[in-house]
Amino acid sequence: MVAKDVLTEAEPKIPHVAGRRIIVCAGTGCKANGSEAVYEAFLESIAAAGAQVAVEFKSEGGDGEVSVTRSGCQGVCSQAPLVTILPDTVLYMRVQPSDVEEIVAKTLVAGQVVERLLYHLPDTGAACRGAKDIPFLNRQTHVVLREVGYLDPENLQEYLRLGGYEAARKAFLQMTPEGICIEVAQSGLRGRGGGGFPTGRKWEAARQRPNVKKYVICNADEGDPGAFMNCSVMEGNPHSVIEGLLIAARAIGADEAYVYIRAEYPLAVKRMKQAVADAEAAGFLGDNVFGSGLRVHCELKEGAGAFVCGEETAMIASVEGQRGMPRPKPPFPAYSGLWGKPTVINNVETLAQVTRIIRDGPAVFRQVGTPTAPGTKTFSITGHVANTGLIEVPLGTTLGEVVYGIGGGVTDDAGRLSKDGFKAVQIGGPSGGCLTPDHVNLPLDYDALRGVGAMVGSGGLVVMNQQTCIVSIARFFLDFTQRESCGKCVLCREGTRQMLALLDDIIAGRADATTLPLLESLAHAVQKGSLCGLGKTAPNPVLSTLRHFRPEYEAHIVQKRCPAGRCKALRKITINETKCIGCGACLHKCPVNAISGEKKKPHRINLVACIKCGACAEACKFAAVEGV
Amino acid sequence: MTTMQARSPDRAEQLATLRAILERHGRQPAKLIPILQAVQDEYRYLPEEVLSYVATALGLPPAHVYGVATFYAYFALEPKGKYVVRLCDGTACHVKNSLPILDALRDHLQVDEEHKTTADMQFTVETVACLGACGLAPVVMINGQVHSRMTPEAAVQLIEEIRKSEPAEA
Repeated sequence: MVAKDVLTEAEPKIPHVAGRRIIVCAGTGCKANGSEAVYEAFLESIAAAGAQVAVEFKSEGGDGEVSVTRSGCQGVCSQAPLVTILPDTVLYMRVQPSDVEEIVAKTLVAGQVVERLLYHLPDTGAACRGAKDIPFLNRQTHVVLREVGYLDPENLQEYLRLGGYEAARKAFLQMTPEGICIEVAQSGLRGRGGGGFPTGRKWEAARQRPNVKKYVICNADEGDPGAFMNCSVMEGNPHSVIEGLLIAARAIGADEAYVYIRAEYPLAVKRMKQAVADAEAAGFLGDNVFGSGLRVHCELKEGAGAFVCGEETAMIASVEGQRGMPRPKPPFPAYSGLWGKPTVINNVETLAQVTRIIRDGPAVFRQVGTPTAPGTKTFSITGHVANTGLIEVPLGTTLGEVVYGIGGGVTDDAGRLSKDGFKAVQIGGPSGGCLTPDHVNLPLDYDALRGVGAMVGSGGLVVMNQQTCIVSIARFFLDFTQRESCGKCVLCREGTRQMLALLDDIIAGRADATTLPLLESLAHAVQKGSLCGLGKTAPNPVLSTLRHFRPEYEAHIVQKRCPAGRCKALRKITINETKCIGCGACLHKCPVNAISGEKKKPHRINLVACIKCGACAEACKFAAVEGV
Repeated sequence: MTTMQARSPDRAEQLATLRAILERHGRQPAKLIPILQAVQDEYRYLPEEVLSYVATALGLPPAHVYGVATFYAYFALEPKGKYVVRLCDGTACHVKNSLPILDALRDHLQVDEEHKTTADMQFTVETVACLGACGLAPVVMINGQVHSRMTPEAAVQLIEEIRKSEPAEA
């Protein structure tokens, strides 16, 4: 693994225009936690300290200035807002506007660190000065994310100084379309959006079509709930995506490009729009790309909130202004796509990887990852895990490394580390499957995951602890796909609805011995009888949880018990007779008069009348009500 | 946010805005979705007569326009409140107990799954699949502003703060 080298090499590559550079994270997460106010505070504070700061910087040999910029996601979203100071490479976390004055005085002027704002290792409490010392960051391999978090995403000049648009320039001026397809094929790059189809093959198929009119579309409709990798890449380095899209257009001979982006990501939309406008102004997009005489126009299309539009043919229908419903394949879009013309659709991350492949060559790309799945992949790691955020690791990294090494371990509901808390990880969102502690040594790559009934998908990893009810989670995913089913295929539309009803039966304690076999046979029917990926994969969460957690389903059905204690209808609320003093507080609170008992004698709950609202437990001062 | 009131704007003004949106998109049927998005940004929903007007202007059957408007979750055929409260119920937020927040918001504002908007047209409560701020789950977005690490109490407090900032007539 080359993880550490790549990361350490990444930092100095960012040019320090000024003596010092303060980078305030302006990703969605940090902005939500007030990073904008921190940015303003830095501007103010530096202006106020002007003379003093400037003197200090001159003595350091800089050009006497300090620059404050905003960046995309710096990764450690759980500790937002983040501030990085270069060239000191100090990383401050949970920075508030009130901390800024101290940072300016101590770090900028005196060159010291503000200890309390550093990251502290959860186990030893040791302070980490910068990204290099933090396990969450130094165990990753950043390729697509290399500049995300350092670069000012709204500044094209900065991207250019890092060699930006060199790859696209090379593709337009020095390479043939065929040559580009060959390089991408040699790299072994597979689609990062979920399916893992070889990108080079897709491009070659479209390239060979004789049509004059062709299209490329960037799939930025990251719909998987619990995944935000593409969002972060677009927010942090939008030009790397546009550059990849340009290369794709050159490779297949397209003159029109679309970016189909989720409207739920307002910040990503804004930055991509700006990036397109800047690239146009610089002559990288338009009627004469890099002076090659070739034209490529790029337009942003905002999605309107339909998960199924992440599917290629549905996305095409949506760009055409129709209802986003999929159609049968073949013909594949590479043959007949947008308005019947050859169309290549690539995911955001795939395109960002393409930029690197053309710039550095396929051999560099293949240095990490596995032979069948080379390169790196971004994942978002969330849920019950110590470090939540955005990560990038070589494909083939084990699940254990991601959850424990990078994620820092599983937490309980209160957020404390819990040694045996690991119950499952959902990978690939509502189309994916779950992995269990038995899979900690499983390499995360396309084929290994498919082998255990899961998939890489877009790369959302949601960690779940022992207090999570697996049946409820399966229901949650199915509820999502059921609502998002476009309604075209009967088995997807009606089948998922019936499956959901069966899961509701299990959760409500109405299920019997016939429920599970029926659920399973229906799941297989939905898989077989649906046209597109949404329906084909909708039963995956149910089937994979049944495979790994069948006893938990059976406990719900046979014993009418939820082992995690989450299913309300299966709760058995009782009053502990030794603790109850008979004060009557619960009796008065019960909205359905299910509690009875004489004063100063233990009370009882009539379970038939009880609606499990939990009001009694709240009213009891002696913790005598159990099972809520 | 638009400054225009959702209900009964001046007719002529309404038509002029609508025409400007259509012109901006070159009256192309393929731009139907961006057109509807622009209309909704203006009115906060898609009034029925506006849908018919758009259909005629683009030379599309009204059924087609209606079909597109009902297909996408973003479009609302009923007026939304001044403040749109979107609770994220993506996986990360869900496992971090987003549903009690939804219950608390609905209880507090007296709305439910069917009736998402308060009677005074101030608040609309809806769920959304994922807002991309999973590292800070659970999150709530109010008119485009993300609020992180929510609890039922904190969410209700946010609503109250907005209420207080509103002029008394609201």
